[in-house]
Amino acid sequence: MDRNPMRRQLAIMRQSLFDQGYLDEQFIELEQLQDDANPNFVEEVVTLYYRDSARLILNIQHALERKPFDFNKLDGYMHQFKGSSSSIGANKVKAESTLFREYCRSANAEGCMRAFQQLKKEYATLRKKLEAYFQLARQTGPLETATRPK
Amino acid sequence: MNLSSGKEYISTASSSAGWKAGDAAAAAAADQFPAGLRVLVVDDDPTCLMILEKMLRTCLYAVTKCSRAETALLMLRENKNGFDIVISDVHMPDMDGFKLLEHIGLEMDLPVIMMSADDGKHVVMKGVTHGACDYLIKPVRIEALKNIWQHVVRKRKNEWRDFEQSGSVEEGDRLLKQSDDADYSSSANEGNWKSSKRRKDDEDETDERDDTSTLKKPRVVWSVELHQQFVAAVNQLGIDKAVPKKILELMNVPGLTRENVASHLQKYRLYLRRLSGVSQHPSNLNSSFMSPQEAAFGPLSSLNGLDLQTLAATGQLPAQSLATLQAAGLGRSAGKPGIPMPFVDQRNIFSFENPKLRFGEGQQQHVNNNKQMNLLHGIPTTMEPKQLAGLHHTAQSMGNMNMQVASNGSQSSQNNPLLMQMAQPQARGQVTNDSSLGHATRLLSPMGQPILSNGVAANVSTKTGIQENVRAPSYNPVLQTSSMLNFPMNHASELPGNSFPLGTTPGIPSLTPKVAFQEDVNSDSKGSVGFMPSYDIFSDLNQHKPQNWELQNIGMTFDASQHSNNLQGNHNHSQPVLVQQGFSSGQVNGQNKSATVISKAMFSAGDSTGHANAQNGNQHLNSLLVDGTVRVKSETVADATPTNLYPDHFGQEDLMSALLKQQDAIAPAEHEFDFDGYSLGNIPE
Repeated sequence: MDRNPMRRQLAIMRQSLFDQGYLDEQFIELEQLQDDANPNFVEEVVTLYYRDSARLILNIQHALERKPFDFNKLDGYMHQFKGSSSSIGANKVKAESTLFREYCRSANAEGCMRAFQQLKKEYATLRKKLEAYFQLARQTGPLETATRPK
Repeated sequence: MNLSSGKEYISTASSSAGWKAGDAAAAAAADQFPAGLRVLVVDDDPTCLMILEKMLRTCLYAVTKCSRAETALLMLRENKNGFDIVISDVHMPDMDGFKLLEHIGLEMDLPVIMMSADDGKHVVMKGVTHGACDYLIKPVRIEALKNIWQHVVRKRKNEWRDFEQSGSVEEGDRLLKQSDDADYSSSANEGNWKSSKRRKDDEDETDERDDTSTLKKPRVVWSVELHQQFVAAVNQLGIDKAVPKKILELMNVPGLTRENVASHLQKYRLYLRRLSGVSQHPSNLNSSFMSPQEAAFGPLSSLNGLDLQTLAATGQLPAQSLATLQAAGLGRSAGKPGIPMPFVDQRNIFSFENPKLRFGEGQQQHVNNNKQMNLLHGIPTTMEPKQLAGLHHTAQSMGNMNMQVASNGSQSSQNNPLLMQMAQPQARGQVTNDSSLGHATRLLSPMGQPILSNGVAANVSTKTGIQENVRAPSYNPVLQTSSMLNFPMNHASELPGNSFPLGTTPGIPSLTPKVAFQEDVNSDSKGSVGFMPSYDIFSDLNQHKPQNWELQNIGMTFDASQHSNNLQGNHNHSQPVLVQQGFSSGQVNGQNKSATVISKAMFSAGDSTGHANAQNGNQHLNSLLVDGTVRVKSETVADATPTNLYPDHFGQEDLMSALLKQQDAIAPAEHEFDFDGYSLGNIPE
C-alpha cells in the first residue's frame, strides 16, 4: 500500500530518536497509553509539554538575567522542568537539566549559563524532530506496536 | 461508577437497611475491585497530570485530576467519601505537598501517595514521616500505579482492626441505633471510624462488614438534649464518680450504649480539663481587634484573623452575619447567621468537627448538646444555653472537642481568630475551640460583616439566633438534616463521609465544618466550623468547607491529647483548632486513634501558620507523625494545654457544649479522630 513506505519511514524515524538518545523508555510508556479512545495521545502530551515548559524556560531565562543568580530559585525551576521533560521521555533534555542543577548546587554561574544554552538547543532540536515525527504519523496512521529501543 | 455509587450509598447510609441495600452494590463493586477506585491526583505540572490521568484510567480507576492543592482539599472536604486515595506531587507552587499530605491525613485520613522527580533520601524520608503511604519517583510508570489499591485496602484493614479493638462490644446495640440522618456510633471513636472505614471498605470488605456488626453501628448523634441529659447524669453522679454504666442508666436513653457514653464522657472530661486549664487567655487574639469587645470576642478574633476582630470590634456584627461568616468560613451556607452562635459554632465546629469526623458522633452529640448549654454559660456572650445547645448539635460530632475548642478559643482568643472573636460573646465555651474559632474567625473575616461584632452581637442574637441558626440551613443542609446533633456544619450534606453529622445540631449551624478548616486555618478563620450561624457567613466568605475540617480536625486532635501545651502555643488560627482537637481526640480515644488524629491535627496545626498552639502541637504532632501509624497525639496534645484554647470564661459546660457542638459540626469529615471531642483528658486507657 501507499502507506507502507511511509510507515517504514516512520518506524525508522522513531527508532533513530531512541537510538540517538533523544527519547527514552518513558516515551514508550506514553505510546502504550495511546488507544482508540485517544488516538493522538502522545502528540497531545508532547504539545502540552512544549506549551507549558516554554513558561519555565522563560522563567529560567529571566532569572539568569538577574545578577547575582538566585541558585535556589533556578534549581527550583529546573526541578520542575526536569520533571516535566522526564515524563515525556525527553532524554537529552533531561540530562541537560540534571547538569544545570548540578551547577546550581555548586553555585557555578558559568556552568549554569552554559548548561542552559545547551539545554535550550536540545529542547529545540527535540521539538523539531517530534513535530516531523508526528506529522508523518498522522499521515500514516497509528503505529501498530511500540517496541522498546535496543 | 458503580463503585462510587455503591460506596457512597454504603458509606452514607448509616442504617442497616441502607447497608443492606448497599451491600449488593458493594458486592458488585467488590468484584470489580480495584477497578473504580476513586483516585484524586494533584500535580501542578499539566503534562504529568495528563499522563497520570491517562495511566490511571487505563488501570480502570476513577480519576479526578487537580492542579492545585487548595482545590484538591476543597474537593476532598466537600466530598469526604468521594475518594479512596490521593496521589500528590511534592513540589507545588501553592502548597507544599507534605502540607497537603498532613491535611488529608488529619481530616480525611485517606491514603496519600507522594510523587516527585526528586528521589533524594531526605525527601523520601519526609514522605514517610509525614505519613505518606508510598512515594513514587517521576517519571511514573503505569506499573507503579497499578498496585496503588493495596494502600487503600491496607488502610481499611487497619482501621477495622482498630475499630474492633476499641471495644465494639455492643454491636447489637449499635445496630439498633440507626436513623437516617443521625450517625450513631457505638462510641464516638468507633463510630467515626466505622463510618469512615465503612466507606472505605464497602467495596472490598463487604463481608467483613457484614460479619462485624460494628460496621453497621449507627452513629450516635449527641444532640443538645441528649448531651444535657448526659451532663445532668454526670453532675448527679459527680464528675469523679461518673462512670459510663451509671450515666447510661441515669440517662435511660434507649439505644444508647455504654460505649457511646464512654466515649462521650471521655470527650467531656477532656473538655472540662481544657476549660480549667485554659482560662488564661481571655483575649489573646481578640484584644488586638476588639477592644470594646475584646473579652467577648477574644477567641473569635482569631477567626479570620482579622476580619472577625474588626467585626467584633465594631460590635456590629449581627449574630447573623457572624453566623454567615462562620458558615461561609466553614464553607457552609450559613443560612441564617444571625446568630451569635456562629462564634460558638465555629469553635465548636473546630473542636467538634474533628472529633466528629472520626466518630459517628453519636456520642459526641449527646455531649455536645448538653455541654453546650452548660459550657456556654460561662461565656459572657449572650449565648444562651439553648444556643449552646444548638452549637452542641453542630458540634455534636465534635462533641467535646468542639466545646473545648470553643472555650479555648474564647479564652485564648488567639488561636481561633474567627472563632475566638466571635465566639467569645457567644459562648465562651464554644470559643474554646480555638482552633475552630480560628477557623471560624476566618470565615467571619471574609465576610467582613459586622456579624460578630465580636461575638457580642452574635451573642445577642445567638440566643435565639443560635438556635435558629442551628436550624437554619446556614450551612449545609447537612446540618439541618442530620439529626440536629451533629453540626450541620460538618456539612453533613457536604461531606457524606463525615462521620459527624453535625448537620442537625439545631443550635449550631454547621458552619464549623466548612468554615473552620481551611487549610490555612489562619487565614480563613473558618475555623468557626463549629458555629452554625456563622457558617453561613463564612461559607460565603470562605467557602472552605474543607477547611473547617482542618481546623476541626486539628482541634480535635489536640483536644484529644489535651495537651494544651501544644494548643496554647498556637492559638493562632487553625492551629488552635488543631490543637484542641487533637486533645480531645487524644482524650477520647486515648488510643492510637487519637494519636492518629493528633498527628493529623498536628499537621494542620503546622499548616495553619504556626499558630501558637498549633506550633506546640505541631511539634508534637510531628513527632507523632514520624510514627506514622501511631500518631499518638495524646502525648503531644497534652503539651498544648489548650489554655489558650479554652477560655476560662466559658463555663465548663458551655465550653463543653461548644465543643461538642463543634465536634459535631466539624465532624463531617471522616476523620479518624476518634475522640469525642471532649478533650477532657479522660481518655480511658
